Amino acid sequence: MSLYRDTGVVLRVQKLGEADRIITLLTRRHGKIRAVGKGVRRTMSRFGARLEPFGHVDLQLYTGRTLDVVTQVQTLDAFGAGLVDDYERYTAASAVLEAADRLTPEERTPAMRIYLLVVGALRTLANGEREPTLVLDAFLLRAMTQAGWAPALLECARCGEPGPHRAFNVPAGGSVCPTCRPPGSVSPAPETLELLSALLHGDWADAEAASAASRREGAGLVAAHVQWHVERQLRSLALVDRPGDDAPWPAEPERGADIASAGADPSPVAH
Amino acid sequence: MYEGPVQDLIDELGRLPGIGPKSAQRIAFHLLGAEPADVTRLQEVLQRVKEGVTFCDICGNVSEQATCRICRDARRDAALVCVVEEPKDVLAVERTREYRGRYHVLGGALDPLSGVGPDQLRIRELLGRIGGQYGGAEVTEVIIATDPNTEGEATATYLVRMLRDFPGLTVTRLASGLPMGGDLEFADELTLGRALSGRRSV
Ligand SMILES: [Zn+2]
Ligand SMILES: [Zn+2]
Repeated sequence: MSLYRDTGVVLRVQKLGEADRIITLLTRRHGKIRAVGKGVRRTMSRFGARLEPFGHVDLQLYTGRTLDVVTQVQTLDAFGAGLVDDYERYTAASAVLEAADRLTPEERTPAMRIYLLVVGALRTLANGEREPTLVLDAFLLRAMTQAGWAPALLECARCGEPGPHRAFNVPAGGSVCPTCRPPGSVSPAPETLELLSALLHGDWADAEAASAASRREGAGLVAAHVQWHVERQLRSLALVDRPGDDAPWPAEPERGADIASAGADPSPVAH
Repeated sequence: MYEGPVQDLIDELGRLPGIGPKSAQRIAFHLLGAEPADVTRLQEVLQRVKEGVTFCDICGNVSEQATCRICRDARRDAALVCVVEEPKDVLAVERTREYRGRYHVLGGALDPLSGVGPDQLRIRELLGRIGGQYGGAEVTEVIIATDPNTEGEATATYLVRMLRDFPGLTVTRLASGLPMGGDLEFADELTLGRALSGRRSV
């Protein structure tokens, strides 16, 4: 039996038997791991609430035959406390966890950058300093960039022609120039692409000045971009609480089809 | 692997929550050696539970009739509603023998990671009930008794937001804190934090 120690964020918990849990953690050095927390669900558990989702913990584990087993846990940041008291923050933070889980598919493949992005996003959300949905979109854009799927925002995704360009095409990878533009591209407001660029680069003054319409359109583009590349729908994205947004959340785009949210271009240019 | 029906039984039992392969095997062989009358009784109960039990129209608890025993009981205070996640939580509160109001069973907790949002729970029914949709006595107090974990706390937060605009309605949350019989020094930060913020004067 070999012991090891790491810090990590609890991404997901599943029940195991009467009192145990399988805990999925994104760790600093070991990437994503799945481990058993014995007796976690008992009221008198020595782990208490430390192994709940959103917990940032310092933990010791031993390598088991199938799953590793948690032997000690200490809380570094109890982000959950600042998240569950606000439904907007809670739903945005849930989407951060689900996206992090999907973007780190292989267990034990180091993913330190994404780990750092997750901790940063949860800290900002828990502090309540910024609009939760903007924090989520900034996280998604940066995590996608780390995963090698940076959206093209200010240049053409196909030929690299500097923009800004009017058209956006999710399967193509973002903005597209008039020459490369595939059928079915959408035309988001120029302000929306500026917002996404500001979020990607951490330019909060510009991002927070964006209109509600831009934020909504930007969120739709980001969600479509993420879901296209991870090749599945993120369930929590549809449940993100967006204040004052009565419009239904855009459905997952069909491969090769328009993104409903970004306003379908009435006259796609034929090639 | 065993042959035919024995293995089928082990497989079926193994799909139940909290039963691993070893337990499934133990139960299967226990049933194999049990009196025929005992097995028949178990079979009948299983049949009845699927055919005869529904959910109460008012509170969502399991019930044999359209409305459950608690909702039909005129001695229970209809102005007081305790909101819980699951039917088993109704039993837990009933066991205290302290509570004389009614219940509302949500059917789970808000858990975006599992795809559970407000529309997947019986929240609309709760709001309708407080708004007097079912007639009868006016609800004056709602006690939120969701689980003291991440999803339960978030559900409580959401309910508070939805309920705060009802005029004259008192909304309370079960006190959460340290388990009786525990040691303060072993309490985790979250539990201790909740206990501190929910402290009462004595
Ligand atoms: Zn181009
Ligand atoms: Zn009832």
